[in-house]
This record gives sequence, C-alpha cells and structure tokens, in this order.
Amino acid sequence: MFFWMKKKTMSASRSSPDRIARHIAALPRSGIRDFFDLVSAMEDVVSLGIGEPDFVTPWHIREATIYALDRGHTSYTSNLGLLSLRRAVCEYVAGDFGVQYSPENECIITVGVSEALDVILRALLNPGDEVVYHEPCYVSYAPGIRMTHGVPVAVSTRESDGFALDPAALARAITPRTKALLVNFPNNPTGANLSQEAKQAIAGLAIENDLVVITDEIYSELTYGARSPSLAALPGMKDRTVFLHGFSKAYAMTGYRIGYACGPPDLIEAMMKVHQYTMLCASRLAQEAAVEALRNGRREMEKMRTEYRQRRNVIVRRLNEMGLPCVPPEGAFYVFPRVRETGLSSHEFAMRLLAEKQVAVVPGTAFGACGEGYIRCSYATALDEIEVAMDRLRDFLAGL
Amino acid sequence: MNRTEQELRQEILALIERNARLEVEKIAERLGTPPADVARLIEEMEADRTILGYHTLINEEKPDEARVRAVIEVAVRPERDGGFDRVAHRICRFPEVRTVYLVSGQSDLRIEVSGATMREVAGFVASKLAPIDGVRSTVTHFLLKKYKEAGVFLDEEEDYERLKIVP
Repeated sequence: MFFWMKKKTMSASRSSPDRIARHIAALPRSGIRDFFDLVSAMEDVVSLGIGEPDFVTPWHIREATIYALDRGHTSYTSNLGLLSLRRAVCEYVAGDFGVQYSPENECIITVGVSEALDVILRALLNPGDEVVYHEPCYVSYAPGIRMTHGVPVAVSTRESDGFALDPAALARAITPRTKALLVNFPNNPTGANLSQEAKQAIAGLAIENDLVVITDEIYSELTYGARSPSLAALPGMKDRTVFLHGFSKAYAMTGYRIGYACGPPDLIEAMMKVHQYTMLCASRLAQEAAVEALRNGRREMEKMRTEYRQRRNVIVRRLNEMGLPCVPPEGAFYVFPRVRETGLSSHEFAMRLLAEKQVAVVPGTAFGACGEGYIRCSYATALDEIEVAMDRLRDFLAGL
Repeated sequence: MNRTEQELRQEILALIERNARLEVEKIAERLGTPPADVARLIEEMEADRTILGYHTLINEEKPDEARVRAVIEVAVRPERDGGFDRVAHRICRFPEVRTVYLVSGQSDLRIEVSGATMREVAGFVASKLAPIDGVRSTVTHFLLKKYKEAGVFLDEEEDYERLKIVP
C-alpha cells in the first residue's frame, strides 16, 4: 500500500510538460477529434463525415481471408511482404498505371498507406528538411512530417483552380532545404484531380530541384472521368517517385490495414529497414486478402465506382441547387462546398448543422487553415441517407 | 465522360432491377442525364421487351403472406418437331406455375409452383402436371426456407460498430 502511494506520488510529479517529447507535445490535436466525440454521443445523426467506404468488403475477399485462416496461414511474412502479393501489385501497377516495378526490390507491402507514408518520411528526412505538400489535405500529412523531424511547407489549392495544385505556387514554396514533395490526387477532402499538363509541370519542378515525389494514389480507382497518368509514369520520374497505394478505398478494405509502396530500389531498401524494425510485416491475412482483391476484385470495384458516381451526381446537384456552390469532384468520394456566404465559419456551420439538424459534416479547417469557408461532405453513404441529409441541410440553410 | 446510350441503358436497368419504383427524375439525377432521355430509354426497352415487367419481392416468410412453393423437376419426352416446347407451353398456361426453365442435367424442365397449401400444390402435380401427355416423371421439392431471392439476402446482416466521423 505504502509502496503504491509512493509510486503514485512519483508519477504525479513527473507529469510535467517535458515528459512528452517536444515535437509530439507541439502537435495540434486533430480538429476532427472533438467533433467526433460529439457525434458519437448523438442519436439519429446522418453522417456525411465518413472517410471510408460504406460498402462491406466484397464477399470473395472476405472468403479468401477465411480460407487463409482455415489453412492456418497466420505466420509472419518476409519484411517486404508476400512475394505473391508483390508480384500481383507490380502487375497491377504496370497494367493500370503504366509503371514497371520489380517485385523483388521495388515494392514493399505496408500497413496501409498511412504506414507507407510514415516509413518513407522517416527514410528520407534529416531534421529540418522541408517537405512541400498541398492543403486542404488529409489530416496526417503535416503531423507525419513533424513526427519525422521534417518541416511541413503547405501550398494552398484554390477553388478557382478546381482545387488542383498550381505549379507556379508550388515553385514559390520550393527552397534549397526542400527534400520532397507530397501530393494526393484524387484528393481528400476536395475530390480534385490533376490534369496531365499540371502533372508534367510538377514533374519538371521535381527534376529541376532534385526532389523526391511521394504520390498518395489511394483514391486513383475512384476517378469519374479520364484518369491522367500517375506522376511516377512521366518521363524521368520513376527514379524519384514513391508511389503509395492500398486497398482501403477501391476494395472497401479499410479495416484490413493493407497498402504498398513502389519506388526505386534504394528508397524501398531504406523503407524496408524502417518497416522491419517497427512493423516487421503487414498482417498475413490482410496480405492474402489483398492478393484475392487484385486477382478477382475488378468487377466489384467497378460496381462500387458506379454507385459512387451516381451519389456524386445527386449530391453535387443538390448542393448547387441550395446555394452551396461546389466544384464537381473528379475523384474520391468527397465534395467540398463553399459555405462562406452563410456568414458562418466552417466550424460554426458544422457545429450548428449537427446540433440543429443532426447532420454531420467535417469543417474544412480540419484539412488545413485554407479550408476555412468550406465543409467536407462524404458521399460514401447510402443514397437514401444522402437525400435525407440534403433535405435537412436545405432546411438548415432556410433557417439561417 | 460521354456515355453511350447502351451504357446508359445498362445503368438504368441495374437501378430499376433493384428498385422498380425509382422515379424517372431520381434515375436521371443519379445518372446526370435529362429525365426525358431516361423516360425515352425506358419506353424503348419496354417496347423491345428488354423490360418485361415490374415485380414486387414479397417476403413470404411473413405469416400473413405465407404461400407454399415447390420446385418441380419434370422429365419430358421430347417430340420430333419442337422438342420440349409444346409441353413447356402447356405447363406455362397454368396460373399456379410461376417459372418454367429448360435445364441441363437429370430432368428437362425445372418449374416453380405456388399454392395456398401443400395439399393444393400436391393436387396440382398429381391431377394437372403429371398426366400431361409427354411428361415422363416429376420430382417435387417443397421450399422450406428462403435465404436469398432476386439478389436480396433475406436474413438481415447484423449491424456492427462503425465510426461516424473518419478523416
């Protein structure tokens, strides 16, 4: 008893601010967290706040997972991941993205794109190195760079450019300390995509400034028009590009936590070192499921894409009709309407919409300061729910 | 993203196959196409018998809707002119018969019959179906439970905890 009290006193005395590493203590709490707690406690919420497919993983993939379990395939795999999966990945990337990678030394299987991004940043950055990325963007980019002792440098994308990355703005952000460029198109949260011309200009800047390009292609399959070639496929880019992709969005496998990186051998080797000492390998069950997804998943994936496209058409039309203008998203499953004219900040808008009409959206500021004046609505939700949400949103606007 | 009329047709069919009551305006909104085009394409498909009808999927597991259904395998003696068609057409005329398929395997026709009671269905088989000239034998399977029909899984899957906000 006495011993326990003594220990407790000691730990209390140690809970001073410097107990936490400075670069972690300095990280902001995710803007979504507070909102999340609020939504979780409410009933009858229609949520347009969900950044994952509402579809269940296609049955043939789940069945393949069960089959792997049946056969007792529960061991570790090679650090790089199952060779059968790396082969399937490289074949898929060659066929669908036109970039040839060797499964032996140019591909690594990771625990989702999240881990792949963390690992490549750790492998690349010396303290103080700058990484240029664009905002609004996925919430983990800037913290991910900070956690690996890099300096995040944000370039804002603008509604007037369709939220595409403007190469001229990018050029202004590059300094002698810039080590890498991180891009994500189709984009979360805007649904924007990049034209081939924009990609060529960005590639030119990367080559001219000797930058590594990290391209997060997680939403690539969910492109509703013609898909421009990946940055990795442009001339002179393969050797300086790390192509990140995974199974979460295209195959509705978020909970499997499975993704991959393809890139030049020296970068994959360095990533493998980090991955080996931190993660060892991705879940074997998820890896076997991923093989099945690549072998037999295209039809189900295309069905889901058709459904997302239909939802996009409905939500874009409704938002524009009710006076919340939005750029028609070319990919992913998000739309990023402007709410500035309501006179409310993004945060106020989202809070009041939730409190008054029980519709959850995410304030644009969660994705970067330049997201002020916008909200993110996800259409990874059944159409009847989207229709209810749109009716409630219209009523909310009428009551402002 | 210009879709051909053929692609539009297929997408319309996929939508109304799942929900025949979906209004033309809603279909048009989902496809991003003028409603007049959707209405025209549906009319065309009705006219050329691509669309044969609109059905309601009733849950016959509900006590008030209880019907007895049977799948019957029918062995038929084929005829020199017309094969199985004459017998099949004859069987089709009975209102008790819901579907008639010519199938490969042991039997020739696979038909579905529905009735109010098991006795009624058995009576139909004994007094109407089996005596048809050309029917060699029948094997009747009464349906005990339906798990999936017309692409719909009848046992609802359990909800499970999912996040309401995901970045």
